[in-house]
Amino acid sequence: TMGLLDISFLSDLKRMNKRQVFYQFLSFGMIVSSALMIWKGLIVATGSESPVVVVLSGSMEPGFYRGDLLFLTNDLEDPIRAGDIAVFRIKGRDIPIVHRVLQVHERDDGYVKFLTKGDNNAIDDRGLYAPGQLWLEKGDVIGRAKGFVPYIGMVTIVMNDYPKFKYAVLGLLGIFVLLNREA
Amino acid sequence: MNTFLSRLNSLFAMTMTVLAGLTFCCFLSTVHHTHHSIAKLDTPSVLVRQAPDYMIGHEINDLGHMTLNIDADLNHLFNWNVKQLFVYITAHYKTEKNAFNQVVLWDKIIRRGESARLQYSRVNPKYYFWDDGFGLRGNPNVTLALQYNVIPNSGRLLNIYAEGRHVVSMPENYIKGRA
Repeated sequence: TMGLLDISFLSDLKRMNKRQVFYQFLSFGMIVSSALMIWKGLIVATGSESPVVVVLSGSMEPGFYRGDLLFLTNDLEDPIRAGDIAVFRIKGRDIPIVHRVLQVHERDDGYVKFLTKGDNNAIDDRGLYAPGQLWLEKGDVIGRAKGFVPYIGMVTIVMNDYPKFKYAVLGLLGIFVLLNREA
Repeated sequence: MNTFLSRLNSLFAMTMTVLAGLTFCCFLSTVHHTHHSIAKLDTPSVLVRQAPDYMIGHEINDLGHMTLNIDADLNHLFNWNVKQLFVYITAHYKTEKNAFNQVVLWDKIIRRGESARLQYSRVNPKYYFWDDGFGLRGNPNVTLALQYNVIPNSGRLLNIYAEGRHVVSMPENYIKGRA
């Protein structure tokens, strides 16, 4: 029960000396900074500002469902081709879109314009683009999906839908890391 | 700190580690597959005309139309780490305006358990074959290819070309009206 837990936490805290408390905070910082390093390292390795994205809509079903995880690369040398799964940003929309490339036109000088469509949508994306926008360009692309893992993104979707749950989980994790002593 | 909470924590961590390990093994077990297959494509009738694309204003462009014969057996591509195939036929060609053009004409989602034997005769394309200008009429080298995106249960997302391409020589004359 909650009461018992409180007592065990408190007695744990009492039994810690200064050195141990210091150590706990350091290991907490270690976890945070290595997570940050992994994320930034992935950004450098993939060239994408957001190398891992969660699928937020059903427009690519039955391939990708809400909560599936996609790994992106954004290699500018790798040409954009029909069938690629592109993650792109539209002016005036906060959330990037994950859709498939339907049509590509590439000039001699390397300028590319392309059109996308969701597998589960009946028509192409021109209705989703900014008013007057007919094509996407290289600069709109955050990355292209090269790897897939199902379900894991569900955690972030639940956390975004229920912010209180998010703070509860983060708080609990924080307490855990700070109080959990190496046995 | 040998409490209920710490036991729950280690149980959860163990479950996640085992699941992640198994998922990774599933990916490793199929990573060597080449997903090779052979497709036969043909175009019994090919037309080209000029038309306004009302989706993008009143700009006039070349619009191609071809009926498709498709013959391919993709059943062998389904191993235990393939959830779905996204099969599509592209036309790629060169024009004066663009060094590379590629347009999807037809696609089909084949989920695990469904038949992946494609056998179509004189099927109409699903999408309009718009050029970005007037590069289709008389174009001698429009190449059709069957491609598929292999969507795994977990792993790499690959786009593969089937062996066997079909080169179309577009007609020298526009047809008039709506056909």
